[in-house]
Amino acid sequence: MDFTFSPEQRELQEQARSFLERRFTPQVVASLADSDQGWARESWQEIANLGWLGVSVPERLGGAGLTFLEEAILLEEFGRCLYPGPFQASIGLARPAIPEGQLGQLAGGHRRWSVAVGAACNLVPDLGAVDAVVVERNEELWMVPASGWTSERSIDSTRRMGRLSEVAAGERLATGPQAAQLMAQMRIRKAAALALESVGIAQRVLEWGIDHVRTREQFGKPIGSYQAVAHPLVDSFVEVELARSLCYWAAWCISVEHRQAEVAALAAYASAVEAAVHTCERVIQVHGGMGFTWESPLHRYYKRSLWVQYFGGAPALHRRELARSLIAEAVSQGRDRGRPAATDQGGSLP
Amino acid sequence: MELRDTAEESAFRGGLRAWISANLTPELTGLGTRHESLELLRQWSRDLAKAGYAGLTWPQEYGGGGGKHSEEAIVLEELAGADAPQHVGAIGLGMAGPTIMGHGTDQQKSQHLPRILDAREIWCQGFSEPGAGSDLAAVRTRAERRGDTFLVNGQKVWSSYAHIADWCILVTVSDPDAPRYRGLTYLLVDMHSKGVEVRPLRQITGDADFNEIFFTDVEVPASNALGEVGAGWQVAMTTLLHERATLGFALTGFLDGHVQRLLRLAAADLKASEPWLAEIAAEWTQLQALKLTAYRSLGQLDLTGMPGPEGSVIKLAWSESNQRVTKLARQLLGPGAVLDDDFWQYQQLRSRANTIEAGTSEILRNIVAERVLNLPRSR
Repeated sequence: MDFTFSPEQRELQEQARSFLERRFTPQVVASLADSDQGWARESWQEIANLGWLGVSVPERLGGAGLTFLEEAILLEEFGRCLYPGPFQASIGLARPAIPEGQLGQLAGGHRRWSVAVGAACNLVPDLGAVDAVVVERNEELWMVPASGWTSERSIDSTRRMGRLSEVAAGERLATGPQAAQLMAQMRIRKAAALALESVGIAQRVLEWGIDHVRTREQFGKPIGSYQAVAHPLVDSFVEVELARSLCYWAAWCISVEHRQAEVAALAAYASAVEAAVHTCERVIQVHGGMGFTWESPLHRYYKRSLWVQYFGGAPALHRRELARSLIAEAVSQGRDRGRPAATDQGGSLP
Repeated sequence: MELRDTAEESAFRGGLRAWISANLTPELTGLGTRHESLELLRQWSRDLAKAGYAGLTWPQEYGGGGGKHSEEAIVLEELAGADAPQHVGAIGLGMAGPTIMGHGTDQQKSQHLPRILDAREIWCQGFSEPGAGSDLAAVRTRAERRGDTFLVNGQKVWSSYAHIADWCILVTVSDPDAPRYRGLTYLLVDMHSKGVEVRPLRQITGDADFNEIFFTDVEVPASNALGEVGAGWQVAMTTLLHERATLGFALTGFLDGHVQRLLRLAAADLKASEPWLAEIAAEWTQLQALKLTAYRSLGQLDLTGMPGPEGSVIKLAWSESNQRVTKLARQLLGPGAVLDDDFWQYQQLRSRANTIEAGTSEILRNIVAERVLNLPRSR
């Protein structure tokens, strides 16, 4: 049992944080949010040059040959700086559907992807910033070019939305059981990736909250010395730390294809998105009127946290699904009672 | 990162499972925290120690396993999973022992540590008083120096295990004129001494897990002071740090038992559990998060050798979780929940103390605010 990152993984985390903090300051993100394009197109090549797009691409195709665990570190850091651009769309959402023949283009930063969602399966995050979209059609997976679309007003101006108005024929990626398997894999990765982004958001916002209550004075004392102000931040800290543990668990499960990957991702998602929304709300509150202004970066983080929660789906629904699978397991264990416990069970996780 | 057992851990777990199934008798299962059968528990704890399953985090020179935190975690998990009682000397192993190791003389170490491990000595904690709960420095139990002894007078309260304890870690005032925090002395007191009286406190459960302890002219040898006379505050802080840190896996093990039972309850009546599915999953999730966080903080403990304040986070979240789980279980029983089922009824009421004992939630939030988030002090 070792629940720590390796020195290489910690280095990746530090490298990502220092680059993104310098490159995407809240001022830069604010001006991109108000720009026509909505993101810094040239940043994609910078990110590719750092090797961050080919993390899980095999070495023979120009990648680093690593796993989702390393991508998880990046997803958290990209969430932390509110990166405007299709990193979540390409790496968190579309990645399993990208054909092997195009992985070199992913690693090299030459092509970007997103996925379509919604009742008509035509609503696409970052549609204006990508080249191709993964679409589910009649229980098959297709890749269609990102052309023929209209812009929609997203609640988060750092993550634009578009609607495919006509779906070009495109390329069929998978059918039958293969498509089902791929869709299941994408669903699990999506839950984990959105959870990791949420932890990044929550952590950054919590730090702003802590800094503010340490320095802001009222009645002659820093407001952080009042328990009514301090304790909600403690509750956020607890929520974020617990969610973080679940996120790393889910990331690890996915990276080793553990049978618990699905329950871990569902659990991490439900906890992390709630932690992010709660933290944004509490930190806006402790900032008083300033937290409610357009000038403060807080509203963008808050909107991103809500975007993630609406896009990913209600935490309560994830929990209900999780409960059904846990109860089914309890039923089957009840049936097996009296049989000797498996001795090769290994591992202290459920 | 590797969340599965290593080959070594897996072998340890396998050996432990075999040992438990060979040694766990039906009368021991489900005995839990209600100590009706002290001798049974003492023998079980002695057997655990003999088999090498007690004090795994203790240094080898004191008869422990040499700081094997992951093995300690496995023991707590497997005992909880098998519905087997934990070692009865929880306060000795988790609090008195580590404090004696940190501040004790060679004589104190050799006298007590081996006997704590094999449950020959059961310990209780004499910290809280009627006038000193969260504010520990306000204790009034007096220890007056009379030559080679201290004469102890006063009253302690909320002492778990005191009715079965052989020894007590006692925080006293040795110098009432000293400035706050400077006049305290930490004593090791033989509970069988003349003048010690234990009165069980009946709780809202109807049971008596806690006690009041009255000290009337109790003579304690001066050599039983732990640490310097007047330095009792620092010694007590060591105890409290260990209390919350070592508690982590024991707490999650205990909660695991409740969550497993909750799932079985839901599995037994799918229709009744339908409206509560999200809540059930939320509690299961919280349990996994607590376990994982305890593992994550092990890395910290292995690095520095001292538990960090993360233990406060786990205790805080655990206590509220256990309160919700036990209430949820009662809810799942429908109108039948008005009947005392002898398990959930007790556990639900007992859980109300979880946010009060071992540091109230309010104090723990202050600790996290000040020591983890570095917010300005509230007092």
